[in-house]
Amino acid sequence: MYTRAYKASVAIPPLLWVTVFLLVPYAILFCYSFWSVSAFQAIVHNWNLQNYLQLMRNPIYLSVLFRSMRIAGAVTVLALLLGYPLAYYVSFHAAKRKDLLYQLVIIPLWASYLVRGYAWKTILGSEGVLNGFLQYMHITHHPVEFFLYSPFAVVLTLTHIYTPFTFLPIFASLEHVPRNLIEASHDLGASPWATFRRIVLPLSLPGILAGATFAFVLTLGDFLAPLLVGGPSGIMISNIVVSLFGAAYNWPLGAAISLCMLLIVVGLLMVTERIERRLTLS
Amino acid sequence: MSSPVTQDARQSPPAPPDALLSIRNVVKQFGRRSVLRGISLDVAPGEFLTILGESGSGKTTLLRLIAGFEQLDRGEIWMAGERLDNVPHHRRPVNTVFQSYALFPHLSVFENVAYGLRAKRAPTGEIPERVMNALDMVKMREFAQSAPARLSGGQQQRVALARALVNRPRVLLLDEPHSALDANLRRQMQTELKSLQREVGITFIFVTHDQEEAMALSDRIALLRAGLLEQVAEPRQIYSRPSTDYVAQFIGQTNLLLAEVSDGIAHAGAIIWRSFAPSGKVTYSLRPECIRLASPGALAESPDVATARFRGRIRNQTFGGAMDLLEIDCGNSQILRARIPAPGLLSGEQAFEFSASDAIRVRPGNED
Repeated sequence: MYTRAYKASVAIPPLLWVTVFLLVPYAILFCYSFWSVSAFQAIVHNWNLQNYLQLMRNPIYLSVLFRSMRIAGAVTVLALLLGYPLAYYVSFHAAKRKDLLYQLVIIPLWASYLVRGYAWKTILGSEGVLNGFLQYMHITHHPVEFFLYSPFAVVLTLTHIYTPFTFLPIFASLEHVPRNLIEASHDLGASPWATFRRIVLPLSLPGILAGATFAFVLTLGDFLAPLLVGGPSGIMISNIVVSLFGAAYNWPLGAAISLCMLLIVVGLLMVTERIERRLTLS
Repeated sequence: MSSPVTQDARQSPPAPPDALLSIRNVVKQFGRRSVLRGISLDVAPGEFLTILGESGSGKTTLLRLIAGFEQLDRGEIWMAGERLDNVPHHRRPVNTVFQSYALFPHLSVFENVAYGLRAKRAPTGEIPERVMNALDMVKMREFAQSAPARLSGGQQQRVALARALVNRPRVLLLDEPHSALDANLRRQMQTELKSLQREVGITFIFVTHDQEEAMALSDRIALLRAGLLEQVAEPRQIYSRPSTDYVAQFIGQTNLLLAEVSDGIAHAGAIIWRSFAPSGKVTYSLRPECIRLASPGALAESPDVATARFRGRIRNQTFGGAMDLLEIDCGNSQILRARIPAPGLLSGEQAFEFSASDAIRVRPGNED
């Protein structure tokens, strides 16, 4: 049995961490979301629901929120479509190159997010690599402008950045599929495709769910990619929060939006956790 | 069959007409390592054949070649007159019970057993009945809706058997299915397995490293050693007439006597007995239970070469219930082990004897 002192010394650091860096900030944010800004740009502590009402009434906030969710959905689907086959290949068919390929997928994560964002700016810009190539090949005669500063550019950049985040949990779940289950499936007369559909795919669903959650949640809260490559039409909800806490100096409204996003994310996590629990229990 | 196949068939001797499965000159290498070095083996319909061998002898590889999980490098496998070795594994009329059972963890017991039927698109209407019949056969009907993870090792093995047998395979392959079970359960499952095999009449090929299990279950044992078949015979035959010293030592316990034969008499140290072997050095296997206590006066009588008599000092006596195990020092650093029923406590020098016919000539091992 563990002593009280041991239990306390193990439990207190994480509790402190969660309290100081999570609970207290959110409590402060929660309070702010019910305050308002005076005419003289001062935050006044009169409790009201104005910020939430404004959020519902002003179509800009909702439309940007929905756009962010659409972008997050698109990134999630694309990252899964890229990450799953990649993870499947590395786990089942890479043989001796497994470690090398795994490292190659991971290494981009070590490069700064900003560097990768700027790289896409360089590729997609009107003077960029892609336009240069297209003109050199005489496919286009003028720089194509819509590559950069569009939701498309945001989706492309974030898919590139978050595909490793879907790859990792899917790869881990595929690595945990016992190989003799696949042999057993073949032994019982199932074709390779049927084996994938009935054995490998269901057993890797927890990995898919975890990867999808990563991609969706991280994209939904992203503000750097839209800032770098999004342009006015690629603005996402976090950009609005940033500006409300910054130049616009409307912390109460920013806090209200932040809390709404938090609710969306927590709701999503609860749903995926329920699905996952049902999967692992059966 | 296409012409190259018939050509191959002419090169190797034809399979006996009554063989269901015929393995012909099979060679398998992993990189530079030869795992199987030319195996030929015929399995009769309805037979319970055990492939017995130490780890690394190639027994699991042979099973995996039959199942189609590995491709052979040379040789052929035939089933009922048709080439089997070029059929993709999911189309072979064989099923496997895996060492760790390999039950699908996300499917119920029912769905595990139904898996093969669904994969082969059996009529949907007959699936529930066939699955439940298979579960009845292994007494697992009431567990149909359970998850495999909630079953004990023995129950999991029963489900694995039902999952394989429901497909009515021509041959059932079993890869050390008892190795994960404790001794009592193992004995129980052996009995069940044997009666199940009699009931369904399907050919079983059973891989194990446990010689007792092999003797208890099999119609025939194929003893594999370093990629070659050492002996293929019925359990009683392989025990009482081992062909090599390796077989004699692997199956049960034995004493190996290195004897010099001249003029029909074998000499091993001070022990002499009648021999029909040609003169020269001969290795004999003598089972411990073939050695008896002799009456102290017997040695004084005129030597009767049909019975070998000798004196030896008791080095060690281990109580074993029905039989005691004795270590007998016969001098010249020759130690014999004997199993003698209820001899009481022995000490010092004793007289022993064995029948000359119990000393079995074996081929000495040719170490690689």
